[in-house]
Amino acid sequence: MGDTPLHRDGNWLAGPLSEILAVEPTRAWWRCPTCGMAGPLAQLHVYGPEPGLTARCPGCTRVALRLVKEADHVWLTMGGATGAFRFRTA
Amino acid sequence: MAADWRRAHLVERLPQTATARSLAFTVPGWPGHLAGQHVDVRLTGDDGYQAARSYSLAAPAEGERIELGVQAVADGEVSPYLADGLPVGADVEVRGPLGFWFVWRPEQTGPVLLVGGGSGVVPLTAMIRAHREAKSPSDFQLVYSVRTPEDFWYGDLLSEGADHLDVDVLYTRRAAPGSSRAPGRISADDLRGHVSRLAGAGTVFVCGPTAFVEAVSDHLVDLGRDSGSIRTERFG
Amino acid sequence: MGTFSPGFHGRARGLADKLPPGQYPTESFPVLSAGPTPRVPTETWTFTVTTENGDSRGWTWDEMMALPQEDTVHDIHCVTRWSKFDTPWRGVPVDAFLEDVETAADYAVAVSHGGYTTNLPLEDLLDGKAWVVHTYDGFPLSPEHGGPARLLVPHLYFWKSAKWVRELRLTLEDEPGFWESVGYHNYGDPWREQRTWDD
Repeated sequence: MGDTPLHRDGNWLAGPLSEILAVEPTRAWWRCPTCGMAGPLAQLHVYGPEPGLTARCPGCTRVALRLVKEADHVWLTMGGATGAFRFRTA
Repeated sequence: MAADWRRAHLVERLPQTATARSLAFTVPGWPGHLAGQHVDVRLTGDDGYQAARSYSLAAPAEGERIELGVQAVADGEVSPYLADGLPVGADVEVRGPLGFWFVWRPEQTGPVLLVGGGSGVVPLTAMIRAHREAKSPSDFQLVYSVRTPEDFWYGDLLSEGADHLDVDVLYTRRAAPGSSRAPGRISADDLRGHVSRLAGAGTVFVCGPTAFVEAVSDHLVDLGRDSGSIRTERFG
Repeated sequence: MGTFSPGFHGRARGLADKLPPGQYPTESFPVLSAGPTPRVPTETWTFTVTTENGDSRGWTWDEMMALPQEDTVHDIHCVTRWSKFDTPWRGVPVDAFLEDVETAADYAVAVSHGGYTTNLPLEDLLDGKAWVVHTYDGFPLSPEHGGPARLLVPHLYFWKSAKWVRELRLTLEDEPGFWESVGYHNYGDPWREQRTWDD
């Protein structure tokens, strides 16, 4: 799907996030600190999958989460300018 | 929970349209799934190069057998191979089931409106089959938007007049002979009657290309649906 | 290996002297995006250079277009493994924007409409190695490809060539950008295959 500038949504984060989370994430609730819109992770707007997944607020496009997949690692940052965690997955 | 990659064995491929296929795999150890969930499929080249993409499950599980819907995307890296290249009898890897938001459970008794655009009908088809298998009393309606009659998936299951299901087919480019609606994109008017039949209750599931999902969501909100009762899935 | 997906090769990867390791050539021009495509009218477009002291200098679209223009042809290499040969651009060398700027900075952060950022050593933007381009293959650069104007730094992976660029912020310290801060390589030389953090 990758080659389109259109976004998809957080439903498709279930697989990539399953590598590092113990709980199924798509129902997780999130409130945007910029515009106040709230809803489940499944309904975030998601750009990618390459070069990485960027999940944004459907209301104001603020970055909610970024995830980059390497062969044996997943990089994850919650929010925009916060530091990223690098998880070993293999 | 580090979802494991499982070996999936292609047992059957059925054409749905000129470019769309349904693929049935057997997956030893498959734990079962809910209607609306998806899997990630991973392919591996001879040199170790890997590519993974998400595909919706098109039917409830039958033991270890799962069914995926694959629309070949021109210039795509994975979908043309799955649609026509992977030999029956060969294996890929799958991870899943995935997603707990865009799902319908048989214990849900409220009315349901399904709105699918193109191959977005795949996870809705799983819900329709699960609804039928469960002999659910829940009122199910499907609004199915396709370009032409040749782009119709699951014709035997989803045709207008099918048992236990109220189907409304909207053609966007060329209508079926005898169709009273002129071809065109889905409008609020197309949805008005279906939304009033929900009487403010139940859930609306919308799946399709992003632009389709955005348009339908806007129409539904304009028609008075609470956005919290609309569940959407966009595939780009 | 070899027991899954027989006959799958991914996109055809050929060999050519022009092809950095791990890349495949493409005729198309794929669009990758980390957010919605900003629509920036040239009437309100500005480009700003800000120094480490906070001093800034700005150009409007017309002022930018009045600077000496260059036509320049390059191979471009995306970290997602596609390379595209002989891409023709027109724009202003970054040198022209930095000519009269007093700075002790060793680094720069390119800042885009929509919030994207990418970091580079300042020297990689100088001496005719980088441009602010507004025309691709004879036509105004489309919004999908970064129009009305993007950075072009063809000797590095293409994520360094920030779309919709609006500012160059000169810094004393290196500040990892949007992708550099989530695992991508800080420098991104395609010939040394500097894709990820520890490459």
